[in-house]
Amino acid sequence: MSEALGNNFEGLLREALAPVEPPEDLALRLESTLESITEMAADELQEWELSSMRDPRNWARPAAALVVGGGAGVALVLLRSRRRTHSSGGLGGARETAERTVRDLRRETRKLLGDR
Amino acid sequence: MDEQVEEKERKKSKAQLDAEFSDLYRAHLRDVYSYAYYRIGNHHDAEDLTEQTFLQAYRHFERAQRESHGRPLRPWLIRIAHNLAANLYRDRARKPATPIDESTTLTAPHTTEQLVEGREELTRVLGGVQRLPEDRREALIMRFALGMDNREIARALGRSDGATKVLIHRAIKQLEGFVNDSDGEERQQPEKEGEGHDE
Repeated sequence: MSEALGNNFEGLLREALAPVEPPEDLALRLESTLESITEMAADELQEWELSSMRDPRNWARPAAALVVGGGAGVALVLLRSRRRTHSSGGLGGARETAERTVRDLRRETRKLLGDR
Repeated sequence: MDEQVEEKERKKSKAQLDAEFSDLYRAHLRDVYSYAYYRIGNHHDAEDLTEQTFLQAYRHFERAQRESHGRPLRPWLIRIAHNLAANLYRDRARKPATPIDESTTLTAPHTTEQLVEGREELTRVLGGVQRLPEDRREALIMRFALGMDNREIARALGRSDGATKVLIHRAIKQLEGFVNDSDGEERQQPEKEGEGHDE
């Protein structure tokens, strides 16, 4: 095999490391997550704009950074809670998940706002 | 009041930013997934890593665009995946849980005949890739699975173009050595078995 390899080793390598198509459900899940965070981000921006008009102390706040960062943070929390919902069964599990999600949201929000 | 105007301009560009991120996602989902899969070695973790990569990328997209000065963002995206994969290994303090599943890596168009004839060789090559030092393995994944050029790989790995060229050259040479060695070992194996039978 050595001779053959010497001739076209890079070709063989290209074949061995062929690109891997992502599973369809991953693409769907990821697209819907990204879609929901962009929507969330837009809503947050609108809310922030209204409140900032009323409160001049907020005028200097970096809204775009807050929206992008905040949106991704919330999305991460939602993803985590979705995974936990799958792993924990029954109503008790759902309640625990909801409580954990609220705690996670508080923590993430604190982290995001604390960064700025 | 200037700040208000500035904020309004930022808001205007947000829709455009989202659209551009969406383009980036569509163009490079397969790249990120392929990188994650060959880097980690199993589909489950590769899916998680891909998700986390795009969420991180979305979070920092605006800044990355600003700082890229029009250069392609694929190296930046792969760099995020690289960092997340490193964190994953650090957290779990383990090597890939399962070896690469050859049946799923052969997703490029092959005829059945080619698949059967080439399978053994490809398995040896993949086995060799897994034995390479991390930086060499990554460089080969970027070059051959993602089709990145030296400059892109250099940016993703945070090295100079020259150092990347040398890295790839050495990685190929080392891999060739591994594959040739395993070929030699396999040839010797039946002889040993034969000797055993004679006794």
